[in-house]
Amino acid sequence: MRPLLLLWLLALAPTLPAAELRVAVAGNFAPVLERLAPGFEQGSGHTLRPSSGSTGRLYAQIVQGAPFDLFLAADAARPAQLESRGLVVPGTRTTYALGRLALWSPAADDVDALLARLQAQPPPRLAIANPRLAPYGAAARAWLVNEGHWAALGPGAVRGENIAQAFHFVASGNAELGLVALPQLRLFHEQTPGIAWTVPATLHPPIEQQAVLLRDSEAARALLGWLLTDTTQAQLRALGYDSP
Amino acid sequence: MITAGDLEALRLTLMLAAASTAVLLLLGTPLAWWLARTQRRGKFVVEALVALPLVLPPTVLGFYLLLLLGAKGPLGGLLSSLGLRPLAFTFGGLVIGSVVYSLPFVVQPIQDAFVRVGPRPLEVAATLGAGPLDRFFTVALPLARPGLLTGAVLGFAHTLGEFGVVLMIGGNIPGETRVASIAIYDHVEALDYGGAHGLSLLLLGLSFTLLVAVYGLNRRVRVMRA
Repeated sequence: MRPLLLLWLLALAPTLPAAELRVAVAGNFAPVLERLAPGFEQGSGHTLRPSSGSTGRLYAQIVQGAPFDLFLAADAARPAQLESRGLVVPGTRTTYALGRLALWSPAADDVDALLARLQAQPPPRLAIANPRLAPYGAAARAWLVNEGHWAALGPGAVRGENIAQAFHFVASGNAELGLVALPQLRLFHEQTPGIAWTVPATLHPPIEQQAVLLRDSEAARALLGWLLTDTTQAQLRALGYDSP
Repeated sequence: MITAGDLEALRLTLMLAAASTAVLLLLGTPLAWWLARTQRRGKFVVEALVALPLVLPPTVLGFYLLLLLGAKGPLGGLLSSLGLRPLAFTFGGLVIGSVVYSLPFVVQPIQDAFVRVGPRPLEVAATLGAGPLDRFFTVALPLARPGLLTGAVLGFAHTLGEFGVVLMIGGNIPGETRVASIAIYDHVEALDYGGAHGLSLLLLGLSFTLLVAVYGLNRRVRVMRA
């Protein structure tokens, strides 16, 4: 019994100062966080427990009391709503990245062919994130409406529950075209053949991705601070985000 | 509280349940007949296959159906080569998914009913000169009617409640694949609890009525037999 107790204490001891952070993370940022998290975890000793979903779904879960420490949303609207509901640590709402939308077709050979597909007859199967729940979906719809493609492509568009499902619909060959997040293409470039075109940021409402602290702790503040460091921001730019 | 989009979703759900039930009765009845009558040793393997959707997570079914039905899948590729659209994200694809998903709910009650009919009435009919098809349609099917009815209603009701498979192969297209369960999910995620209540209560009432009908009918049949 005594050696077991000793082992247990030994196992526990180094974890006492380090915390486990539960992070609600928008679909577009989940694979990015997974890629960059080891840098934070090794530097701080804390561990991350990410839960990913559409910003709308995570928002609904947080309103219902989901036990997250930090919310990395894909828009500014939901964090602002949480703030006005008094559900965030005051003064922590911060823009950590500006999202970029990319039009992608695994079958296209060049950008002209890619853009021509938007007007093809019969209309191609297009995958977007659900505009009602996912900010990337809302941006995609706004761009398609502005360009006059919504009437032809919108009604039949496949709506992913979040941007990750929209990405999967194209990657698995089930949709010919997709409006996805640029970092998804950069991260999974080996599985993303074909041509992608980054939609100019001026052509859709900005995808201002904001973070808020939901439960105050040293560890959660450290994570928020780390996201905004020059090093992390440079890594995010390399993956296809713009810096705020 | 109930929008035009909700009604559209409800209509799609009912159409999906009706189409799936029709296909399930057409395919499930001969299968149930074979399972009830066969003496083959490998029968239990087929029974296990039929029961698989009871235990598999809908995500497993949805994942493989998407690979099967999609443009790169064997079935989707075949359709594409024939100049047709792949079935993923279409109403037809959802019917295929629902048929797989609800198969045990239809086959098992019908199979039980055929087993309960037993060989005697069929042997009697045979001695009276009825051929195999005649025996099936005029003796076995009428005697197994309660099982057929139970299977049909359970298949219908179970398809009404389908969610996971549709989430994975439907693509949430209004008017084509956005069924009531998906529309409710959307409402909840968007914190539109009013909309979620409207559709949920409708589905609740509908499902309860259906099950009351099944149990009521079964009771009457049992009483009549006694």
